[in-house]
Amino acid sequence: MAEIQFQNLWKKYGKVAAIKDLTLNIRDGEFLVLLGPSGCGKTTTLRALAGLETLDRGRILIGGRDVTSLPPGRRGIAMVFQSYAVFPHMRVYDNIVFGLRMRHVGDAEQRRRAEEVAELLQISPLLGRYPAQLSGGQRQRVAVARAIVMEPDVLLMDEPLSNLDALLRLHMRAELKRLHRELRSTTVYVTHDQTEALSLGDRIAVMKDGEIVQCASPTEIYDRPASRFVGGFIGTPPMNFLEGVLRRSNGSVAVETSGGAIPLAGVGGAAVDGSVIVGIRPEHIEVLAQPQTGSLPAEIVVAEPAGPTQLLTVQAGPQILKVTVPSDLPVQPGSQVWLRLNPARIRLMDPSTGAALAAR
Amino acid sequence: MRLRSLAIYSAALAISAWVALPLVLIAIAAFTPRDILYQWPRPFWPEKFTLDTIRFFLRSTGVWQSTLNSVFVAGLTIVLAFAIAAPAGYAVARFRFRGRDALQLAILTTKMFPATVLSIPLAVAFIRWRLYDTLLGVAIVHTALSIPFVTVIVTSVFIGISYELEEAAMTLGSSRLQAFFRVTLPMALPGLAASAIFTFVLSWNEVFASTILTLNNRTLPALIIDSVLGQGAPLHFRFAGGFFMIVPALIIIFLIRRYLLTLWGVTVR
Repeated sequence: MAEIQFQNLWKKYGKVAAIKDLTLNIRDGEFLVLLGPSGCGKTTTLRALAGLETLDRGRILIGGRDVTSLPPGRRGIAMVFQSYAVFPHMRVYDNIVFGLRMRHVGDAEQRRRAEEVAELLQISPLLGRYPAQLSGGQRQRVAVARAIVMEPDVLLMDEPLSNLDALLRLHMRAELKRLHRELRSTTVYVTHDQTEALSLGDRIAVMKDGEIVQCASPTEIYDRPASRFVGGFIGTPPMNFLEGVLRRSNGSVAVETSGGAIPLAGVGGAAVDGSVIVGIRPEHIEVLAQPQTGSLPAEIVVAEPAGPTQLLTVQAGPQILKVTVPSDLPVQPGSQVWLRLNPARIRLMDPSTGAALAAR
Repeated sequence: MRLRSLAIYSAALAISAWVALPLVLIAIAAFTPRDILYQWPRPFWPEKFTLDTIRFFLRSTGVWQSTLNSVFVAGLTIVLAFAIAAPAGYAVARFRFRGRDALQLAILTTKMFPATVLSIPLAVAFIRWRLYDTLLGVAIVHTALSIPFVTVIVTSVFIGISYELEEAAMTLGSSRLQAFFRVTLPMALPGLAASAIFTFVLSWNEVFASTILTLNNRTLPALIIDSVLGQGAPLHFRFAGGFFMIVPALIIIFLIRRYLLTLWGVTVR
């Protein structure tokens, strides 16, 4: 087990920087998720940690040991690949003990450890089979078994669930979480799927254009996104954004939008009069049949039932908003409603930089 | 729709006949008794078959020796061509390097260069280097001829094997070389074997360079050409020789046809 330190990592492909001055500390035993859209540098970061990618600048430390110039096999890592990368010409058993053989572990010990992880991943009956005779989910388990049999200090996973169908993905997600709880090895997990990130991570590092834009716990990331990008990337549907101007009058604060004024609970010292963006999650908007003070008039465009809730697309002035409401709320497309934005849940952002303003 | 499939089938039939008919005729003639072969008009189906012509061919001077020569040259060609082209193919498949596209184009353009133009300078150079009339000399030329082909095939074989497998092996503690030998090579073996066998056929059938670069150490095609053109060998000798040349190539192509299709399929893309 080991903590990981990224110190000012840089990686360029030609003129494009895949990782820009990335610094991050990952705690011992932590499950850290690197989350971001494709091309954000998350996979490059993971591969650099694995030693499959050479960095232009910066250092990587695992357990205090500088591994920047070590080959992958000597970093104390094990990796689960997106394509599983299970060796097709070897039986499942030989796949699992491949790494142990490379380390010259004795035959009896190999067998003992292989059977132990096979038990853990419920693939014991499959040990004699070839990968071509396995389903996608089973191959995935073999790939995980092959990695954890090494008892690595650091376990790396590159979108391990993205090739599974939805139901199996849900199942394996819980399985991975259980494994991590049992093994407690430091885990770095790359995904572009925010649901996976929110459910698995102790902390999530959201990346964009080679930089970490926010690294915090799932709740913190969801409730207090550090920027418009994070708020827009996380959440299904994502956060709503309304443009407006911040005004103070008689001690109360409100944002004037083209649809009407939105009262705020309070504004930190940092926020000054001027243009702002109001960020609000769809579930923090209340839909009212009658106007109330501080509510915005809106028209329902679409209502989509989604089991326990329904998703409304509403038009408030020129702005389109997504709102989740209980499924028993009677709504008709085209009907007039009023929206009340929960002032405690509003997050203000700077319209030019997109950064969240210090307090809500 | 029926017209369309009719057209496709008749086109396929015409092309197959274009390739297969000479082979069939040679095969029939090779087993036709000598007297029927020289009849005019000659019957298409001789009714009577004999092994006499084949026996006559095999007993002719130099046939066995030149067969051995051909096999030796082909074997050496495989070794030399793979020593050079296999690493090249691996590099083209795995790495992005400066001049990669130029290299791939250069491989194709060597195929466009007329070998005839080279014949005199090549003979002169080989005489100077004491390679003239040696099997090594022939093997070197065959290597040069097969390198483009082997490189293209080997490239497609390695492209077909995910690099992630090698990376996985490296994260599990093997070096780059171990990863190659334990993971990539075993998976590439069938494809590599297929292209080795095809190289054998290329060398076995190659007649031009073998003829101009040897005098006494003839390979089989060179011997047959020489006895036909130089010494006016009789008709039945030609047919028997032709048949003897075709058979190994046919058998080999038949055995590896599946690989050839997939190999070229991958390459054409």
